[in-house]
Amino acid sequence: MGVSDNAKADPVLSNFAHEVGPSQPIAIEGKRTRWNLNGSLESGAKVLPAPSGIVEYKPEEMIVTVRAGTTVQDLNSHLASHQQRTSLPDRGGTVGGAIAVGHNDLHHLGRGPVRDAVLQLRYISSEGRVITCGGPVVKNVTGFNLHKLMVGSYGTLGLIAEATLRTNPIPSEQTWVKTTIDPKLILSILLRPSAVLWDGTATWVHLEGYLADVDAQKTALRKYGTLHEEDSAPELPACRWSLPPADLFNLDSLNIGRFVASIGVGTVWAEHPQPIRTPDKGKQLIEKRMKQQFDPENRLNPGRLVGNWT
Amino acid sequence: MSFINNLKNAIGRKATPDPFVSDLTSALSKDRVRFDATQRFLHSHDASVFDEGNAGPVCFPTSTQEVQEIMKIAKTHGRSIVARGAGTGLAGGAIPLGAPAVIAMTKMNKILEVDIDNRIAWVEPGVINLDLSSHLGVDGYHFAPDPSSQQVCTIGGNVANNSGGPHCLAYGVTDAHVLALEVVLPDGEVAVIGGLDPEPLGLDLRGAFIGSEGTMGITTKIAVRITKNPPAVGTLLLSFSSMRAAAQTVSAVIAAGIVPAAMEVMDQRITKAVESFVGAGYPTDAAAVLLVEVEGLTDGVAIEASRIRDIGFEQGATGIRVAESDHERELLWKGRKTAFGAIAQIAPDYYLHDTVVPRSSLADVLEKVDEVAEKYGLIVMNVFHAGDGNLHPLLLFDVREEGMLEKVHAAGAEIMKISLEAGGVLSGEHGIGIEKQAYMNQLFSDDDLDHQNRLRYAFDPDCRSNPGKVLPSGHSCADIQALKKVPEGIWG
Ligand SMILES: Cc1cc2nc3c(=O)[nH]c(=O)nc-3n(C[C@H](O)[C@H](O)[C@H](O)COP(=O)(O)OP(=O)(O)OC[C@H]3O[C@@H](n4cnc5c(N)ncnc54)[C@H](O)[C@@H]3O)c2cc1C
Repeated sequence: MGVSDNAKADPVLSNFAHEVGPSQPIAIEGKRTRWNLNGSLESGAKVLPAPSGIVEYKPEEMIVTVRAGTTVQDLNSHLASHQQRTSLPDRGGTVGGAIAVGHNDLHHLGRGPVRDAVLQLRYISSEGRVITCGGPVVKNVTGFNLHKLMVGSYGTLGLIAEATLRTNPIPSEQTWVKTTIDPKLILSILLRPSAVLWDGTATWVHLEGYLADVDAQKTALRKYGTLHEEDSAPELPACRWSLPPADLFNLDSLNIGRFVASIGVGTVWAEHPQPIRTPDKGKQLIEKRMKQQFDPENRLNPGRLVGNWT
Repeated sequence: MSFINNLKNAIGRKATPDPFVSDLTSALSKDRVRFDATQRFLHSHDASVFDEGNAGPVCFPTSTQEVQEIMKIAKTHGRSIVARGAGTGLAGGAIPLGAPAVIAMTKMNKILEVDIDNRIAWVEPGVINLDLSSHLGVDGYHFAPDPSSQQVCTIGGNVANNSGGPHCLAYGVTDAHVLALEVVLPDGEVAVIGGLDPEPLGLDLRGAFIGSEGTMGITTKIAVRITKNPPAVGTLLLSFSSMRAAAQTVSAVIAAGIVPAAMEVMDQRITKAVESFVGAGYPTDAAAVLLVEVEGLTDGVAIEASRIRDIGFEQGATGIRVAESDHERELLWKGRKTAFGAIAQIAPDYYLHDTVVPRSSLADVLEKVDEVAEKYGLIVMNVFHAGDGNLHPLLLFDVREEGMLEKVHAAGAEIMKISLEAGGVLSGEHGIGIEKQAYMNQLFSDDDLDHQNRLRYAFDPDCRSNPGKVLPSGHSCADIQALKKVPEGIWG
């Protein structure tokens, strides 16, 4: 009997597993902030919310366990009471939604991707069973990285019920500055900016850390151009692109429209949608087998096409 | 038959030809497919304390295409394969079971491309960890994962074991530094998983492959994220009159919202051994020392170093030394990094354990580990990545003593149990291999293990890639088939 068998005894998880059951098409809804991404849900699927609430917060360990239906906003305000945060983006949705979609925050460059924050997941399998993967500590190589596979899988392999996340201290100083200095140069001058956003003309830089360090970074930048303090990031166009960071300087050749590009990362928010990307053949083969293994009857979030398995 | 073959091998003559070998030899070249007793013996064990396995032919590919060829030939012959880097693994991951082809990746050791502007490097899997950082050093960058074995271990091995190191506390382990992988699957297909872009299309197979210990295919190219060297570094050595005080300082630093680049603890036995080995200037009268490094910009480093000093004194530190020069800093780290070499002076054999516990329970768990060592009459030493709660109790012994190895394994099992009871996990960086397979169901339920097996199966449906590892046998039944498919008598 493994330690993780305790999860099965948790009434919230076992009730949720019971609701999911072993058959019939089913999907989880969060706040529907990204409901139309990657195909649309087949009609006739039962739609359920995931359980919500903070299960356990250990600020001294920098770890929090939270039910998937909790909003990112609620999680953040809970963590802020201890001057901490996670790298999950807050776009009005739930923790489970943020993990299932796997889109990274605007501050990816400095705070890291969503996948690095996920330490342990509990999900309901297509057979309606509670599965635990990963582990409840900050470092772990016990078994295969199933929890990484679930990040960005849009609930097509398992329905996320609970997540244990790494938290980070909130730095005492945070500021946005706007400048026309070459964004490549900015990246080479600064140590770890949390975001460098470029719209083709101007660049917005987010600096965070101790006040003296943030000031020193501004002084370093001022040698190359003028800085204007800003209250926030620029407004982001609606479509999301994912490109190798080296391609960000050739955006003019793409039909992209107005854009804001995350330098050093490769995310671009643009007016026009990204053309369909060509999947790698070998990768598709594994993805097909993965779906076959985890959801042979295609009952989990049917209609969502993450892995090109149709 | 097997006896006669063994005898023939022993006197240097060739054993009955195995058609598997002749196919491999025509795909590679004769000098890169070896099946003499010496090569097979050299490739039959890793750095762990486990008995050697049984290596089949040993192949040294130099390209992705050659790895594909080997995989296809192995498939045709229904034989299994085991990838091997430098063989420094401590959980038996590279030990060949059932005479598989051992695919030694050491000749695929080129740094293929470095893109400083975008902080990316493409490397072959046989590149030695430290060689990459040395190569990047001239441009002011490094590869962040720094296992203590970094002078010899390969980046392919780091990926397979999702390895960590002292500086992974702030920067994260290998997984956080790998963007994309070219992987040859056990049927010879090539897949590129992950990507240089931040949100690659489809499932995160990259994340699933990292840490798979060679059971999901072989990686032949790796795109890593490279890290800028920080302009300021502060290194402190804090001494304590008890291990409890050192451990409590670690959790007090984290609780204060500081995540240093590294926090390593060494007990008195280790510091004494290190001192007589390299003379790093460690206090030999302290019950434990804590080596802390903070990195970043000048002011932040000064602020954090001073806060850590204060926390140290509050927790009862008896002395705090701050490295005043690069030379002094290097010396303090040399002590930590040569700890394992120093131990060889004390006992002929050691068993290095690896579990993780919540940082706040470090002090209690270490006391219980001491009790276990005492119960079995073993000497235990502790040198570990305290910042992430990653314990490395080292059990010293002499294997020639009757019944000693059994005692060491029994003590190890108790240490794992204590770690799980404290809310921890079986391994923080060495992996499961064959070492901890039997304990996996103390952490995971049958359903959890079944799902891990499904993940592996999607990469390797025949279970021919490093069979007999990681999952307990009841959860990877196809492995048993793969292990049985050895032509009798030839590889005895
Ligand atoms: C003195 C000492 C100190 C150590 N310190 C640390 C430490 O601080 N942190 C840490 O994490 N580990 C440490 N280790 C363990 C070990 O060095 C690491 O696990 C290392 O990453 C293994 O690399 P390797 O090249 O030696 O791999 P090997 O031992 O050769 O292989 C390890 C596993 O990787 C697989 N593999 C190898 N290459 C490939 C490939 N190209 N594709 C797919 N699978 C592959 C093998 O099949 C095997 O399962 C230490 C070991 C020693 C002896």
